[in-house]
Amino acid sequence: METKAFSNLMKAIMDGKFVYTGELEPHKTADITDVVEWATTLKNTGKIVAANVTDNPQSMASISSLAASYVIQRDSGLEVVYQLRCSDRSRMALFSDLLGASMLGLRNVLSLTGDHPATGDAPQSKPVFDLDSAQLVELVHNMVYEKKDYAGNEIHGPDIQLNVGGVANPGLDPVEPEVIKVARKAHAGADFIQTQVIFEVEAALNFLDMLAEYTDVPVLMGIFPPRSYGQASFFDKFVTGVTVPKDLLDTFKKFKEIEDKAKRKEKVDEYNITYFVDFIKEIRKKKNSAGCHIMAVGYPDVIAPIITGAEGK
Amino acid sequence: MIIVEQKPLEEILGYLKPYKKVLVVGCDGCTQPPRSLREAKSMAMQVEMGSKLEKKDITAKATTLVKQCCKDSVAGLGEMLEGVEAIVSMACGAGVQTLAEAFHPLPVFPAQNTMFIGSAEHNQGDLVEKCQACGDCLLGYTGGICPVALCAKGLMNGPCGGCYQGKCEVTKEVTDDQGNVTTIQNDCAWFMIYERLRDQGRLDLFKTYRPMRDARVSSSPRSIKWA
Ligand code: SF4
Ligand code: SF4
Repeated sequence: METKAFSNLMKAIMDGKFVYTGELEPHKTADITDVVEWATTLKNTGKIVAANVTDNPQSMASISSLAASYVIQRDSGLEVVYQLRCSDRSRMALFSDLLGASMLGLRNVLSLTGDHPATGDAPQSKPVFDLDSAQLVELVHNMVYEKKDYAGNEIHGPDIQLNVGGVANPGLDPVEPEVIKVARKAHAGADFIQTQVIFEVEAALNFLDMLAEYTDVPVLMGIFPPRSYGQASFFDKFVTGVTVPKDLLDTFKKFKEIEDKAKRKEKVDEYNITYFVDFIKEIRKKKNSAGCHIMAVGYPDVIAPIITGAEGK
Repeated sequence: MIIVEQKPLEEILGYLKPYKKVLVVGCDGCTQPPRSLREAKSMAMQVEMGSKLEKKDITAKATTLVKQCCKDSVAGLGEMLEGVEAIVSMACGAGVQTLAEAFHPLPVFPAQNTMFIGSAEHNQGDLVEKCQACGDCLLGYTGGICPVALCAKGLMNGPCGGCYQGKCEVTKEVTDDQGNVTTIQNDCAWFMIYERLRDQGRLDLFKTYRPMRDARVSSSPRSIKWA
């Protein structure tokens, strides 16, 4: 399937670089200042090529990801990956937002099914799901490569310039249905895949291998350096498909006993850096491994050292 | 089966405030739990007793029809209607509307909430939704498991990220007669589809991408020409 690179992210992937993306989360407020600041921090690491802007995560409505993406990219200079969920919009609304995104100079869009509203803060809300995430990928693909809308009508004027990604959850058990589903997204036209957080390197490698049997779509593996034992065990207990290795949990539990805050942080940082440098070095060996999606909101200190470490030979 | 749930008696008595002579009409058709003559009689009794408590005197007779949604069948009510001021229907929404149209200007009131098309899961004693009458049946591709009715998001290319160990992220709270609340975690429809097709050696169907659906076939109001 033809792939053109419209974004810096996609250009870097197609140039064979191992790329790093970050994550930004607009809140339930009309103010985006702190998110722009965080984007600027990510940008200043000099190592993050783009950052995702979440769309109503956990089905709790916040600033429109389209508006937030535009302002963040404009004010921080960091390229964004505009996230778009199927939960809240019909195919017409998705399409018109995508036209808007292309017009506003957003170049990456990430297609998500989205959590069911029943799991969020407005369970009374009507779920839409006119399309699913694979069909949304196809919609973007047709807009870009055929200049057609959801019904095959022609799009006039300038070309649509969007690279479209899909998501995956490599830690699911069993993982085969997930792999097949991701392959469907690739065949529908996904340019890249970003994954949910994963800690276990074996599972990550296994996912990459299994997926490679269906498609060569490039994968950015999601990682999350936890700041505390609480965060790590939260992921272990409550995030679907995420298992945190016992060693990590035990070690972080011990760190809790260190009374001196600065010392504790030093230990945590050190552990994270070693853990994730090793992790990235391992997954980099796989041909379809194109980068890492680092979810470390509010924890910028470890990002640069992890990346520098992973880039060292 | 069309799964129904009885409305609270207060609501039904509320409808009947202006009337004294009422006919309760059951249906021998597809409602589940059954809403036939026995249930119609019990409803008539409840209406009479309930109205007494409200210091009113409603006389309620009961009867039933083979198929309340069939115009020919409802004509049989004829003489039962003498002196009747209002009808209470025990049938699904289609039955209620058929009576309302056939016997206009006589008012017809529903005694049930029509819930869904489903079947009984005998191991749990539960009535479970199985079909949303989407107008373009996909069961031939999905191992006989409906992704429209059984997937919380109605996805065509599942499972979504909310599926873990075969369970769906969407839970439901169910309150029983005693007021006990239990949280039910549904099985993920797409996981079941995967397992069924895998076990039948037909995973190729699971690997196939399903394009956007045409929503017109499932958009109300719908009708088809018959004979
Ligand atoms: S695919 Fe449509 S017609 Fe078939 S069982 Fe599901 S809802 Fe009913
Ligand atoms: S977990 Fe399964 S049943 Fe639930 S919404 Fe996702 S695909 Fe549908």
